[in-house]
Amino acid sequence: MSPDDRRYTREHEWAKLDDADSRLVSVGITAFAQDELGDIVYFDLPTPGDSVSYMVKMGEVESVKAVSDLFSPVTGQIEAVNDELVDHPELVNDDPFEAGWIMKVVLADIAELETLMSAAEYDEYIGSN
Amino acid sequence: MLKGGSRDTGRLLMERSVPGRMGVVTPPLDVPQQPMPDASLLRDDLGLPEVSEPEVVQYFTALSQLNFSIDTQFYPLGSCTMKYNPKVNDEMAFLPGFAAIHPLQPEEQSQGALELLYRLQEFLGKITGMAGVSLATLAGAHGELAGVLMMRAYHHAQGDTGRTKMAIPDSAHGTNPASAAMAGFDVVSLASDKDGNVDLEALHELAGPDLAGVMITLPSTLGLFDQNIVEVCRIVHEAGGLVYGDGANMNALLGRTKLGDLGFDVIHLNLHKTFSTPHGGGGPGAGPVCCAPILARYLAAPVVTATDFNGNGSGSTYSLSTPEQSIGKMSGYHGNFGVLVRAYTYIRTLGDAGIKSISGNAVLNANYLLQALKDIYYLPYDRTCMHEVVLSADWQRARGVSGLDVAKRLLDYGFHAPTMYFPLIVHEALMIEPTEAENRDTLDAFIQALRDINQESFDDPDFVHHAPHTTTVSRLDEAGAARHPDLRWRPEA
Repeated sequence: MSPDDRRYTREHEWAKLDDADSRLVSVGITAFAQDELGDIVYFDLPTPGDSVSYMVKMGEVESVKAVSDLFSPVTGQIEAVNDELVDHPELVNDDPFEAGWIMKVVLADIAELETLMSAAEYDEYIGSN
Repeated sequence: MLKGGSRDTGRLLMERSVPGRMGVVTPPLDVPQQPMPDASLLRDDLGLPEVSEPEVVQYFTALSQLNFSIDTQFYPLGSCTMKYNPKVNDEMAFLPGFAAIHPLQPEEQSQGALELLYRLQEFLGKITGMAGVSLATLAGAHGELAGVLMMRAYHHAQGDTGRTKMAIPDSAHGTNPASAAMAGFDVVSLASDKDGNVDLEALHELAGPDLAGVMITLPSTLGLFDQNIVEVCRIVHEAGGLVYGDGANMNALLGRTKLGDLGFDVIHLNLHKTFSTPHGGGGPGAGPVCCAPILARYLAAPVVTATDFNGNGSGSTYSLSTPEQSIGKMSGYHGNFGVLVRAYTYIRTLGDAGIKSISGNAVLNANYLLQALKDIYYLPYDRTCMHEVVLSADWQRARGVSGLDVAKRLLDYGFHAPTMYFPLIVHEALMIEPTEAENRDTLDAFIQALRDINQESFDDPDFVHHAPHTTTVSRLDEAGAARHPDLRWRPEA
């Protein structure tokens, strides 16, 4: 079961509202995604200050199996990225929903979150896939 | 690791250095001694190992004996076509007349070599149904780049500069999008339909005035012949685009189908795969480009032309030339000549009937494996395959044994692992290419190994998960090596 305190995309990213007043969300990839990727060995992370858009590429993840694009689940401006992942990409394998967050974004429109899948919808999506 | 004396491959040469031990004696100085540069310019002492000659020879021989190769064992590495390379190809490439000439030698002194290149161009044109051939590109991806640069040159020559998109199926080799991007195109992914063919609806949506072309691998990396291929070419041409063909899988088509007849405009061949040159480990290769008449003027230079060619070559003269609107040189000289000699020898040895038997046996062997394994390994596209079969270890994974584990366990059985986790659209993919070179006994032994491993996935999944158990080194920490690469030996402090 995916945590129900956040929203999900079909590309297996999650976005969690950290602070409603400042419209700040954390973004990462799901447990399902890291399991599919296998051991992650490298992240090409975005740059703080850059803008990201919904479903537009924000970076890359390389695992022992393949290199995959990372898509932003939200539209807004990057507040911070998780620099820990540079030396410890395995954090995303070990703890994809907490310590393995990838970036923090200030949303352009907080209502965008509502357009993403709920945990129940996402679990059904990966179950049927 | 081999243990004992100088054959101990666990110790690097650096680690067996003994001060004063020598492998060479330098001859006495017979020229005036020159002043050495200021020693302070040196960063460090070189620290070369001091070892004897037999020690070095024994060390490297022992290392070479750890190699896995097509000359020692079955090598079903899907997509790579690791087939047996007849030794006569090497013998011909080593003939002094071929091996000792210099690329800058005058044309009148290298007529024999030029004739071979000319005849090879003719053969490859005939085999692919293409009008123009350039042998100058040195590898598959190099040929791809030349091919897409030719497509760009063609569009630009029509004054059509708005074609910025290159559509590439989601099953393609990663080199396809890389080559298109390097040639300045925006890559768009083209979905596959449920049968593994190009999704025609998706293609219709992309086919417009901004589409430069598509890059198609036929058969695809799923080992399938795209049943819509003629329609794919028609749609792209109607929209003003061109069709590129990745010839990586030509093993399946030789003597049966010509890509030119199907509607492809420009393709590359991998001589080191299909036409039998030892490869792996990065080379050497050759990726000639073959094209339709409308693109011939853009071919990479040089191409070999002949005057008065009369079939048997007598009285003809050969020269190197640059096509009218050539994309230019893609390599220093004339391509990887030794590989071209091998390909020429291979084609001449086989003849028309032999060429056709390659594709016949390659497809037969792959389907033999498919039928013998599809009850225990999931077959995502249940169709007659071409020269390779893509299975999935999904059923094994449910028991705790991944595709990687199956591949590692095969090493214990004396087989090279198949390609894994590619194509990306197949979960837990195991991509097996037996090639035409293997006989039924070898295939049966391989089938038995995969059936045994499947049984082990029921009886003792943990044992398979920790394979290999009998190889020189056991399971390597691939993730650790990629996360924290340690590439340089340093003396202990």
